[in-house]
Amino acid sequence: MMTDVQEYDLSNDRSGTIARPAIPAVQVRPAASSDAVPQSADDAPVITTDALSIYYGKFAAVQEATMAIPPRQVTAIIGPSGCGKSTLLRAFNRMNDFIPGMRVTGGLRCLDWEVYGSKTDAVELRRRVGMVFQKPNPFPKSTYKNVAWGARVNGYRGDLDELVERSLRQAALWDEVKDKLHASSLALSGGQQQRLCIARAIALQPDILLMDEPCSALDPIATSKIEDLIDALKERYTVVLVTHNMQQAARVSDLTAFMYMGRLIEFDATNTIFTSPHNRQTQDYITGRFG
Amino acid sequence: MSRSQADWTLAAPAPPGGSYERSRTDRTDALFRPRLGLRRFIGTLFAVTCLLMTVAAIGMLVVLLVRVGLDARPWLSRHFLTNFPSTLYPERAGIWSALVGTAWLIGLTSLFSVPIGIGAAIYLEEYARKNWFSRLVHLNIANLAGVPSIVYGILGLAMFVRFCHLGRSVLAGALTMSLLVLPVIIIAAREALSAVPDSIRHAAYALGATRWQVIWHHVLPAALPGICTGIILALSRAVGEAAPLMMIGALTYVAFVPSGPLDTFTALPIQIYDWVSRPQSDFHGLAAAAIVVLLAILLTMNALAIGLRSWYQGRQP
Ligand SMILES: Nc1ncnc2c1ncn2[C@@H]1O[C@H](COP(=O)(O)OP(=O)(O)O)[C@@H](O)[C@H]1O
Ligand SMILES: [Mg+2]
Repeated sequence: MMTDVQEYDLSNDRSGTIARPAIPAVQVRPAASSDAVPQSADDAPVITTDALSIYYGKFAAVQEATMAIPPRQVTAIIGPSGCGKSTLLRAFNRMNDFIPGMRVTGGLRCLDWEVYGSKTDAVELRRRVGMVFQKPNPFPKSTYKNVAWGARVNGYRGDLDELVERSLRQAALWDEVKDKLHASSLALSGGQQQRLCIARAIALQPDILLMDEPCSALDPIATSKIEDLIDALKERYTVVLVTHNMQQAARVSDLTAFMYMGRLIEFDATNTIFTSPHNRQTQDYITGRFG
Repeated sequence: MSRSQADWTLAAPAPPGGSYERSRTDRTDALFRPRLGLRRFIGTLFAVTCLLMTVAAIGMLVVLLVRVGLDARPWLSRHFLTNFPSTLYPERAGIWSALVGTAWLIGLTSLFSVPIGIGAAIYLEEYARKNWFSRLVHLNIANLAGVPSIVYGILGLAMFVRFCHLGRSVLAGALTMSLLVLPVIIIAAREALSAVPDSIRHAAYALGATRWQVIWHHVLPAALPGICTGIILALSRAVGEAAPLMMIGALTYVAFVPSGPLDTFTALPIQIYDWVSRPQSDFHGLAAAAIVVLLAILLTMNALAIGLRSWYQGRQP
């Protein structure tokens, strides 16, 4: 199907079952509303943006981005530094709120929330939309407290010990820290700290995990561990991964969005983006002609 | 704009052979006049000057301390600490009432100034919007920290002694001292709070914590050593202040200890001032002894501040 409208189909991949509306070469249009296109509730997009623009003062860091991110897949956002990847990602769980002068226009839905709607409580949203930051930022407390704290402040009523173990196992960190759970997390290596941050985020059992260049401060071995982990995480979680590393996006993601100068240039299956992108700028970027 | 091979050859090291060596010497000779001797001489001169200034500063302090220590030596005894002052018998005079008065004063002052100071700092740093108004407030607090202490005495006299009818009580003194130390505490606490990295705050917010939880569980504990140091240093300033207490009319001769916040009182600096201003040399010796006690208290407080900080830093998990 080589029209300017592309319907992608990854064989034996869940995205194939997602009803994708017509995709102009430049942008992915989401379903106008979830009931307009029949789809099982299970596979409905978990994040949809509609002409979303994000401003810092007068400067538009993200301009009219429209995309729909499907559940339980890894969606990578790539693009040169400063193109607005982090800004877009932080909008999904309202971590941009802490930047004075930040303004949002357009639509953004995340799970059941109109993210910037007046009725939305960012605190509630953030429990369901976790985040892992570029630099590992464990609390200067024990490993155990790092994982348990988020659950505790959110009124978790289950068994904390069990939750800590389960989260650390899911983050592939348990074996390395099980004997020093109550020692300071700052004594862990950078890669371990980052996996601890992932464990801490998934302890809240979020639906979505946002990761902003989670490997950029890590060595290659730690990076490949995190990449394996991301691959395992998509069983349960929707992962949105910002990376400036194209190989990483190609390795771990199912879908890739390419951004350039605040615009979402192309959003498609990772395969397509890296083998036959529709946009000239995407092609230039992935072949290394700029950036 | 593809990066061609040519871009890389520029950064590559010079090829082996004589040309690299020769060009290096040529450039050095032509472009630089090292004058190493002169530069080293200036460096030595600077270091020696700084050393002399250090010696001058510390030397004067040492002379002062030694003189006070020698004057105080014959008068320092256990009785000096536990006796009441006496205007007739210097050999039986002590600083008990001044010590207890100072303890009352500092106790009440910290009771008022610490919660208010920390609360104000948290509000200003964590809650208030950063706009021109909050900057103005900050600037004015910094200015208040520089206001001479006698001015606070005048304010205390008008407000607490007269207007609130607290009289010359410890309470009036402590309230006045609180005004004096509040700006210092607020500034120190604010600095400690703003030194807490934002990455910690963001990590906590991203876990679905409320602002209060973020502050209470992470920001405040991380800032606590700095806040405590600031508080102790501010209070040690209050311990040594005489002027505002004189202004609100603290008594100089008190032969009893306050039994409640509304009692009259004296304090160490006032007692020292009283003794120094008497003509008999015996009282000057008493004053020296009281100064030694005051210095010991101040040193202890400062050591406490340092100790607290390092203890806290060692105690991570
Ligand atoms: N706090 C901020 N205030 C003002 N401008 C910002 C801020 N953060 C980022 N920007 C600007 O927004 C643009 C996008 O930034 P960012 O989203 O961090 O890019 P990326 O993550 O793709 O490198 C950049 O031009 C950057 O300078
Ligand atoms: Mg970024």
